[in-house]
Amino acid sequence: MRVLVLAEHDNKALKPATLNTMAAAQAIGGEIDLLVAGQGCDGVAQAASKIAGVKKVLMAADPAYAHPLAEDLAKLILTLAKGYSHLLAPATTFGKNVMPRIAALLDVAQISDISAVVAPDTFRRPIYAGNAISTVQSSDAIKVVTVRATAFPAAPASGGNAVVEKIAAPGASGLARYVGSELAASARPELTAARVVISGGRGMQSSENFKLLESLADKLGAAVGASRAAVDAGFVPNDFQVGQTGKIVAPELYIAVGISGAIQHLAGMKDSKVIVAINKDEEAPIFQIADYGLVGDLFQIVPALDKALAKPGGN
Amino acid sequence: MKVLVAVKRVIDFNVKVRVKPDGTGVETSNVKMSMNPFDEIAVEAAVRLKEAGKVTEIVAVSMGNQSCQETIRTALAMGADRGLHVLTDIELQPLAVAKLLQAIVAKEQPLLAILGKQAIDDDCNQTGQMLAALLGWAQATFASKLVLGDGSADVTREIDGGLETVAVKLPAVVTTDLRLNEPRYASLPNIMKAKKKTIEQTTPETLGVDAAPRLKILKVEEPQKRQGGRKLASVEELVDKLRNEARVI
Repeated sequence: MRVLVLAEHDNKALKPATLNTMAAAQAIGGEIDLLVAGQGCDGVAQAASKIAGVKKVLMAADPAYAHPLAEDLAKLILTLAKGYSHLLAPATTFGKNVMPRIAALLDVAQISDISAVVAPDTFRRPIYAGNAISTVQSSDAIKVVTVRATAFPAAPASGGNAVVEKIAAPGASGLARYVGSELAASARPELTAARVVISGGRGMQSSENFKLLESLADKLGAAVGASRAAVDAGFVPNDFQVGQTGKIVAPELYIAVGISGAIQHLAGMKDSKVIVAINKDEEAPIFQIADYGLVGDLFQIVPALDKALAKPGGN
Repeated sequence: MKVLVAVKRVIDFNVKVRVKPDGTGVETSNVKMSMNPFDEIAVEAAVRLKEAGKVTEIVAVSMGNQSCQETIRTALAMGADRGLHVLTDIELQPLAVAKLLQAIVAKEQPLLAILGKQAIDDDCNQTGQMLAALLGWAQATFASKLVLGDGSADVTREIDGGLETVAVKLPAVVTTDLRLNEPRYASLPNIMKAKKKTIEQTTPETLGVDAAPRLKILKVEEPQKRQGGRKLASVEELVDKLRNEARVI
């Protein structure tokens, strides 16, 4: 078996989900190569070569890969695919965009968003917003897989000593062109990588009130998220959304503020280690899965919590 | 210009799904079914392009058993012009759906195919990308804004960490994300009008597509249940528990 992992990066650094995808690759077994496709991505390739368990880093540096366009990346990966039994990428918007294109070009099924490796050809994956878990078996010669990062530990970023091999790029497809991006600049950690996540729902009532959560987040080194209801109400941008159709998170601590707990939201956070719910409705479904619940007005509880955390104490 | 939209019939998003005791799948009999929410956004996007005078015809496609006709009628009531139903009883996986759509595109020759980014039943998020690959078209997934130009489209995409805009050559496949639009409810007059619109029926065999599933579903289970429900009396108690019991802060 040979596994090729598609690294996600921004030409400066590897995205953490790449390490979780490595762990899934190790669970499959066999030799693991990592593909870094980008422009001016030598530093990323060097970092990738240090990841424990990587045999070889393939680096394709070309202006076509300055931004990850599915059309061009699929063209590149197609030139490599035949040498591998498995192609893996994180189930992020990056991996979700690119991998099905490759699968179709190889005429194989894709196994999306796996949460466990049962055998090299058998995987577990959540369906119906995580309300059911399906075990699927693939008989295709090449298995194209995207990996739910929160379901696998991160492979150690050091300890490896892989060779970096430069590979030729087949050139751009000319089908799509990157125009620009607006990335949220935040000093807070990224939602999917944060140790603590604080999310607000419809109960926050306004965009302005999210400042309450930001203050709390800064004290806890947390990322701020939101339910779909809060996004739909325009309180926060869509990339804050935690849930079935947004981001999947599994932090050490998840604090749900003014979130009732629709199944679509629970799908995105129920694997968190500790869940705290703050809601004025004691019947809210979120309390059924919360380890600690506080029933009451969030506009009193959140400032009080903020104040209590400002005091030193415990460990 | 012609637009193709694909609509899937799924268990309604408000229904709590139940896993069948024999582990073969989830209970679908006597359960409310609806159009996949992302597909409603796809239909709405097409209808708005038509209202803006950029699109002349909208063809809505669905695949599956006879009941899919209801889903197509919903699309027609929202403003699609005609329907196409691929009748089959076999379990359709994304690659098969993409191949069937490819065959339909060959016949219909649309300049744009709009699909939901993901179906809320299998949560695969594959079909649009696969269709684009099979056709050799550009793909603009997870769209939150779509501007049609001459021979190309500018699409703003929802990506982790923000937004990205790409210019794709037409023909292209676009898949929809939540913020692209808010789908309309079909009005009663439009529901009545939709009854007169035509739905053409075909089969995978007629289209010459092998639609057999590639992945074997070995079993479907309930997820592990979380033990929650403990309520605390005060903020102080919460901070104490987080510090000294859960030890997460």
